[in-house]
Amino acid sequence: MATYILRRILQVIPVFLGATLLIYFMVFAMPGDPIAALFGDKQPPPQLLEQIRARYLLDQPFIVQYLNYLGGILRLDFGVGFNGQPVIETLARTFPVTLRLAIMAVALAFVLAIVIGVTSALLKGTIYDHLMLIVALLFVAVPVFVVAFAAQFFLGVQLGWFKPTVGADNDWGGLWLPAIVLAFSIYATMMRLTRASTIETLQQDWVRTAYGKGLSRSRIIPVHVLRNSMIPMVTDTASQFGVLMVGATVTEGIFNVPGVGNQLYTAIIKHETPTVVSFVTIFVVVYVLINLLVDLLYGLLDPRIRYVK
Amino acid sequence: MKRNKVALSGVALLGLGGILLAGCASGDGGSSDGGNGAGDAIVTTNGTEPQNPLIPTNTNEVGGGKILDSIFSGLISYNADGSVENEVAESITVDSPTQLTVKIKEGLTFTDGEEVTADNFIKAWNYGAALDNQQLSSYFFEDIEGFSWDENVEELSGLQQVDDYTFTITLNKPATDFAQRLGYSAFYPLPDVAFEDMEAFGESPIGNGPYKLASEDAWVHDEGISLVVNEDYEGPREPQNDGLDIRFYASQDAAYADLLSGELDVLDQIPEAALETYQDELGDNWVNQPAAIFQSFTIPEYLPHFEGEEGVLRRQAISMAINRKEITEVIFQGTRTPASDFTSPVIDGWSEELEGAEVLEYNPERAQELWAEADAISPWEGSFQIAYNSDGGHQGWVDAVTNSIAGTLGIDASGAPYPDFAGLREQVTNRTITTAFRTGWQADYPGLYNFLGPLYATNAGSNDGDYSNPEFDDLLSQGISSADPAEANELFQQAQEILLQDLPATPLWYSNVTGGWADTVDNVEFGWNSVPLHYNITKG
Repeated sequence: MATYILRRILQVIPVFLGATLLIYFMVFAMPGDPIAALFGDKQPPPQLLEQIRARYLLDQPFIVQYLNYLGGILRLDFGVGFNGQPVIETLARTFPVTLRLAIMAVALAFVLAIVIGVTSALLKGTIYDHLMLIVALLFVAVPVFVVAFAAQFFLGVQLGWFKPTVGADNDWGGLWLPAIVLAFSIYATMMRLTRASTIETLQQDWVRTAYGKGLSRSRIIPVHVLRNSMIPMVTDTASQFGVLMVGATVTEGIFNVPGVGNQLYTAIIKHETPTVVSFVTIFVVVYVLINLLVDLLYGLLDPRIRYVK
Repeated sequence: MKRNKVALSGVALLGLGGILLAGCASGDGGSSDGGNGAGDAIVTTNGTEPQNPLIPTNTNEVGGGKILDSIFSGLISYNADGSVENEVAESITVDSPTQLTVKIKEGLTFTDGEEVTADNFIKAWNYGAALDNQQLSSYFFEDIEGFSWDENVEELSGLQQVDDYTFTITLNKPATDFAQRLGYSAFYPLPDVAFEDMEAFGESPIGNGPYKLASEDAWVHDEGISLVVNEDYEGPREPQNDGLDIRFYASQDAAYADLLSGELDVLDQIPEAALETYQDELGDNWVNQPAAIFQSFTIPEYLPHFEGEEGVLRRQAISMAINRKEITEVIFQGTRTPASDFTSPVIDGWSEELEGAEVLEYNPERAQELWAEADAISPWEGSFQIAYNSDGGHQGWVDAVTNSIAGTLGIDASGAPYPDFAGLREQVTNRTITTAFRTGWQADYPGLYNFLGPLYATNAGSNDGDYSNPEFDDLLSQGISSADPAEANELFQQAQEILLQDLPATPLWYSNVTGGWADTVDNVEFGWNSVPLHYNITKG
């Protein structure tokens, strides 16, 4: 087990190198002069441009820029943005906000998906089951920004139940509205997956055996059925979590959440290479680690899945 | 049995853990509101995260500028109509077109107690001008004697201290409107403590303005900054409220939602999506008036068929083929004002009766005639395109303008989108762009020269179309050397009449400032630079 974990963690290194190189190159290859754009419609003096370019090594060839960036990372220096702020500080400020938002959204969707998924499976074919299916389809069909704007307008502006934007109030309590919106966007797949997998498990011989042995329903469903239906659920939850960490940009923009999505968006617009590369690289690492966690969870859920060399 | 528990709790960790944490932490959710308890007449207003540390000479964008203007006082300040009032200055005398003497008021202090003296201005300007410091606004000092783009200059020879409260400014070329520029943020004074560690200072600046930072860490990045009244401030901008809570928004839509729900008192830009409805939604609490922003597109001379006599005819034809009035009403819901010159209605000296201004009016017949005249010189071929950055919401009007041109002149015309602003600017800067392109200008200070000199003078910094006309240059330099403002404006208007002939840029419209406020505040008035006069706002 320990060697397995170690090997998986070591896999992060080539992923890290590959990802940074690729992203660095993509930002490098973007057309346009980011420093000139700092001056808006006004034309900056060329001498000043040169000076600022030199400060950010933008006058150097790609490989020099990239190696310099890598060297910085080894010293835990992720570079500075055009605003003079170290990227690591920006990251440390925005990452927890998005993490909170993603955890809340995934947790909400997860609990809702289990409760409704399992009850739908048990009540397969009833009106309840059909109704839940329709609701889930609605959630998949409507784009997240529509839900977001609607929620902001009706729940925030009209009814006043929530503050319409997050801003400075970005600890757990302030993120409810965007978290609910995001939860809806991932809920449907999770719920349908739970339902399908529960139905499948319910038909297994050993479930029948358990009933035959006289075990109570309240013991069979949570312990035997649920646990065995969990594997696809957990996989999906993990990848949804990764998607949310990266993809909350639209929601963060609408609700003014000071998270990574907003930062990454502006950094891309500004061609701020160190910021873009560092942010995306952290995403890659998070994604890899979440997948590792999922693989380890499989062993706990189903003892037949073991990681022995 | 034991394993079961482990398994389930492991799975539930992701789910329940989040819920529990959410529950625990939501209790203290209100504490991060940023309120400082100094008074309840704190006005909340929108802003954006400053792009740079808050150093006056390194801030050239609106987000940081709004904060700097509140926490610093310059020699002069601008009233809502762009007129000038002394703030720190006791007097500014223009001794000659290249020489000014500045006398400042005695006894004014920075919020750390240091007295404001002539030295604070000289040191701050020297810092801003030095090439090695790479300040984004360094070009504001290039008219001062001793300034250089080629080598680092520690001290400008044009700045001389006479006594503690007096200094002289010597310019390297005549600029009688220099005194008028001195209210811009690049010319603010800095306290001595700034030079000890400029970077740290930029995080938590100490100024001499009507407001000061509520605490040393009042600037919370990406979230906002809270300002309280500076009790020691003496000057024309006496705050009528207890402070400003400037909240940073990534999008105007979010800010507008906050305004509607009462979370925000003042919003200085209505988002595009709400332009159709804001007047109904805000009752009487809105403003929509021209601002000091001029929009145009430029057809560079090096494009085929756009040089010499032929080019002039074609430019005029294109200009007269555009229905500005209809486009500003349909595309912009009346939030642009059709241009009648090259400046802005909020600037003293603006005129809609310049000779030749009819070239900015929609006149399809005349446009076709002019185009035919140009065809007689050399027949038109190819298509006419206007380049724009598609990240800036320009597609609508570019399509409308090119449709208007295509329909009137019977030629092929269309927009040429660039994915982002940086990409467009690079091509424009390198002169590699092969189409016309959108251009614009937001005034640095309320003077006519600012709209003309930097843009159309031969070899000027922002002369994107490489326009050069000796007659225009001559009128411009006569105007800038004239000590009489009325006479100067007269000369600038004559210079513009040449521009209306040559059309180095095709004027389109002036941007309006559209803003709104909640019922909680009164006396909201927008200045010449589209920013509300925050100190005037009353609350409660």
